[in-house]
Amino acid sequence: MHFFDFLSLWIGALLTLMIFSFLYKDNPFYKFAEHLFVGVSAGYWMVVAVWTTLVPNMLGYLFPNVLGWFAVNAKEAELVIANMYVIPWYTRWLRVIPLILGLMMLTRLLPKGAWLSRWPMAFIIGFAAGTNLTRYLQSNFIAQIRATLIPLIVTHNGHFALGGTITNLVVVLGVLSALVYFFFSKEHKGWFGGTARAGIWVLMIAFGAAFGYTVMARVSLLIGRIGYLGDWLGSMF
Amino acid sequence: MAEKTFIEKMQKIDRRIIFLLIALAVIIPMMLNLVFVVRPSPIVESIFEKIESMPSGSKVLLSFDYGPSTVPENQPMADCLTRHLMIKGHKIYIMALWPTGDPQAKVTIDSVILKEFPTARYGTDYIQLGFKAGNQGLINAIFTDLKGMYTTDVNGTDINQFPMMKDVNKLPDFDLILAVCSGKPGIMEWIQFAADRGNIPFAAGVTAVEAPQDYPYYPAQLLGLMGGLQGAAELEAAVVRAYPQYKDTGLTAVKLMGPQTVAHLVIIFFVVVGNVAFFVQRRRDKLARMR
Repeated sequence: MHFFDFLSLWIGALLTLMIFSFLYKDNPFYKFAEHLFVGVSAGYWMVVAVWTTLVPNMLGYLFPNVLGWFAVNAKEAELVIANMYVIPWYTRWLRVIPLILGLMMLTRLLPKGAWLSRWPMAFIIGFAAGTNLTRYLQSNFIAQIRATLIPLIVTHNGHFALGGTITNLVVVLGVLSALVYFFFSKEHKGWFGGTARAGIWVLMIAFGAAFGYTVMARVSLLIGRIGYLGDWLGSMF
Repeated sequence: MAEKTFIEKMQKIDRRIIFLLIALAVIIPMMLNLVFVVRPSPIVESIFEKIESMPSGSKVLLSFDYGPSTVPENQPMADCLTRHLMIKGHKIYIMALWPTGDPQAKVTIDSVILKEFPTARYGTDYIQLGFKAGNQGLINAIFTDLKGMYTTDVNGTDINQFPMMKDVNKLPDFDLILAVCSGKPGIMEWIQFAADRGNIPFAAGVTAVEAPQDYPYYPAQLLGLMGGLQGAAELEAAVVRAYPQYKDTGLTAVKLMGPQTVAHLVIIFFVVVGNVAFFVQRRRDKLARMR
């Protein structure tokens, strides 16, 4: 095993044990590991943002030669710079607009100029709403309604299919009863109240399934960590 | 009197005892290599069937949209999908919506493609396009112009130099899109901005936490879904059932389902014990009040 692999294995194992120590009770080792994680994560994501967004999407457009400094090799440098110069300068320099908007966002830190940050914020919200609205409507609204419009009696090769029929009935009745539960313009009494109560059961079953899946996810992560500790112990013998 | 004490104790079990038992429920089966039989469910089987039924050489986009924190769940999915795609001779285009997805893709390439399929040629059979920032904006952009966003591969080589990139210019050029996801951007963005928009066959593997909210997309908008470690194990079981020669390397998730199952049994035990103790205590309190 290489020295750095060995070192990373030990650091990972010790940090895992420090985090696990919280299960007994809060302690300085846990605090150290927690703070280290927060700090490293913040630093990591900042570096990622600089290298994957600011450099290629802004600096590279304004000053293409900058990309050459960060290329993997001379051939790539030549290629990315050439690709950039294909774009007319006035198109590339449109990136000054997001640069200005980005700087305006930082005015939140100034007591008197904080209002300037509302403009880029409005731009971000407007852009996100515009791009996502139609896709959400299509995929999460219309397509989901269409997926619920299914036959209540299912046939397969001309014969009645009991399994398919039950599945479709559960889907349709489950959706309808859950929707009735969230309809508050009519008092939940009589048949309407009964349907709403059935809706509560549907929601509870859904929450139970979600809880079960969450448990599975957490246990999977525990298995991963214990496997890692097993590798660490194995490296010592 | 002694029984009442027992019921009270059951309601106030020290959480550290539960943690210890859960840890033992995971460690002991791992040490004993406890393995249970896993059978693919229809929602996972359909992913296997799709990959199996496509003609050899089909173009498949495989997106790594996760990071190291969910490796125990996502990595077996990515490895198994890659293995199956390579077995069938499909062309794999690897990309990532997450910056942390790129190193995970490298792990899959090293541990599956290079080890199990040493004759596979980079640029002809598989290619790593890498990560680009933009989330759903990236999907939106590559939907119409993939080469505009990916001018080079992850190593900085001109994208047009690779034979497998010859007929690929936009997302609808792919025969299948697969994504291994653990959050945002992930499965929802792929459905909204690629699969639904271009009517492109799409399947995904997601963490167990995310799975319940993705099931409603099946089967109309999603041809298959792997939910958590169980989903990965089911796909592995389907692949090994058809290709038993991968039994030694292709059952990572199936092996981890042993400790998973035992841990679940322990949790179910405590849920049952806690509830029984609660109801018994409530009944006793009620009877005591009536007296």
